[in-house]
Amino acid sequence: MAEVVEQEKVAKAPKEPLFSKKNRKLVTDPLTDNNPITIQVLGICSALAITAELKASIVMAIAVLFVLGVGNVVISLMRNIIPSKIRIIVQLVVVATLVIIVDLVLKAFAYELSKTLSVFVGLIITNCIIMGRFEAFALANGPWKAFLDGIGNSFGYGVILIIVGFFRELLGSGTLLGFPVLGNPIAGEKTGLYALGYENNGFMLLAPMALIVLGIVIWIQRSRNEALIEEN
Amino acid sequence: MEHLELFFKSIFIDNMVFATFLGMCSYLAVSKKVATAVGLGAAVIFVLAITVPLNWWIDQYLLQPGALVWLGPEYAEFDLSFLSFIMFIATIATMVQLVEIVVEKFSPALYNSLGIFLPLIAVNCAILGGSLFMQSREIPTLGLAVTYGIGSGIGWFLAILAIAAIREKIRYSSVPPALRGLGITFIITGLMAIGFMSFGGMLTGGDEGEAEKEPIEQAIKTEKDDVDNKEEKETNTTALNQ
Repeated sequence: MAEVVEQEKVAKAPKEPLFSKKNRKLVTDPLTDNNPITIQVLGICSALAITAELKASIVMAIAVLFVLGVGNVVISLMRNIIPSKIRIIVQLVVVATLVIIVDLVLKAFAYELSKTLSVFVGLIITNCIIMGRFEAFALANGPWKAFLDGIGNSFGYGVILIIVGFFRELLGSGTLLGFPVLGNPIAGEKTGLYALGYENNGFMLLAPMALIVLGIVIWIQRSRNEALIEEN
Repeated sequence: MEHLELFFKSIFIDNMVFATFLGMCSYLAVSKKVATAVGLGAAVIFVLAITVPLNWWIDQYLLQPGALVWLGPEYAEFDLSFLSFIMFIATIATMVQLVEIVVEKFSPALYNSLGIFLPLIAVNCAILGGSLFMQSREIPTLGLAVTYGIGSGIGWFLAILAIAAIREKIRYSSVPPALRGLGITFIITGLMAIGFMSFGGMLTGGDEGEAEKEPIEQAIKTEKDDVDNKEEKETNTTALNQ
């Protein structure tokens, strides 16, 4: 541990501009080639469970953005005083505190939504993205870099959540953010696509389809970038 | 009977992996070989069986609105439920550490097989999820909490065992290159989840007449109605009590 700190001090010596190329990479990399969900396989649980509606996905993405952005900075500031033996508990306490803030804010300003998200707000605590970034990045880097890394990773997470949420809500209930976009599905007064005989696929709203949609997202991503293909 | 019902419900109908997607990270990461999957699965059962009852106890006597009444009547108005996340996760982290030490001391053989997985488990969402669901579903007694913990642990165990077995075999089939590894695992899990959905009718006895019309929307609707009714009842009872 001490070695790492030493190395880091040496590496930090030349001062970097705030938005150097390396720092920008911290934000952009997790969006595509190092996406936390599809490549690092972290934080899948919540990505699947709450994506039946686009709105819930967006709120979840924002919640993770807050927790990971702030948490990464806090852990990074404390990195030299956390004894490595109890670091997991320290990290958990930091995340839990931030998540409680998110949960209370949601309950105060968006009660309905907090019902939809139910226990999954609490489960941000054990969202592996957060612990993963704390362990892999915040414990070894300064606060500004840690902040950028947190932002980047939560955007990468949010993008996937929003893609999955978009398709599930569009195909499952024909709405986006609650607004009907494909016409009126009520029998007798059908308009838009429904007048042509289109039906909502209620199956998309069920849990298993989240897995399959995510599988397809991964499929598309990996066929576009062959370097990501796993051996077996 | 109550116990049996909850037991089967938590294994099959509310299966941690297939119905609520809890513990997916370790489910995907540790399911390449059956042997390791069994190790992690056993550790999850073990830890869930300990932490769910413990957190039930904490919830009942510390966190719920009015739970502190055993300290004296003047504490009846305290509501510490906003602390539940931090209390639950602290309990879990401590228990995992404690279990690790105890197992290492008394059963080195078990420690060797579970050992490396135990630290992983502290941050497994299945464990925290078990406690949070125990709280939100309002499991009434300590006995039922134990049943629930063990049942959901076994459900998770079955899921990871099944996917590990499939992944061992899938090596011999020709999967499209871009789907190899993660992609195909997701899709298989999705298909397994569809299979597990068919257990849904097991407890209700399947009211077929209604269910056949619009099974999916019906299911969603009744679930929502149930939740709504439950909430209404609660508010009524609390109002009555006051």
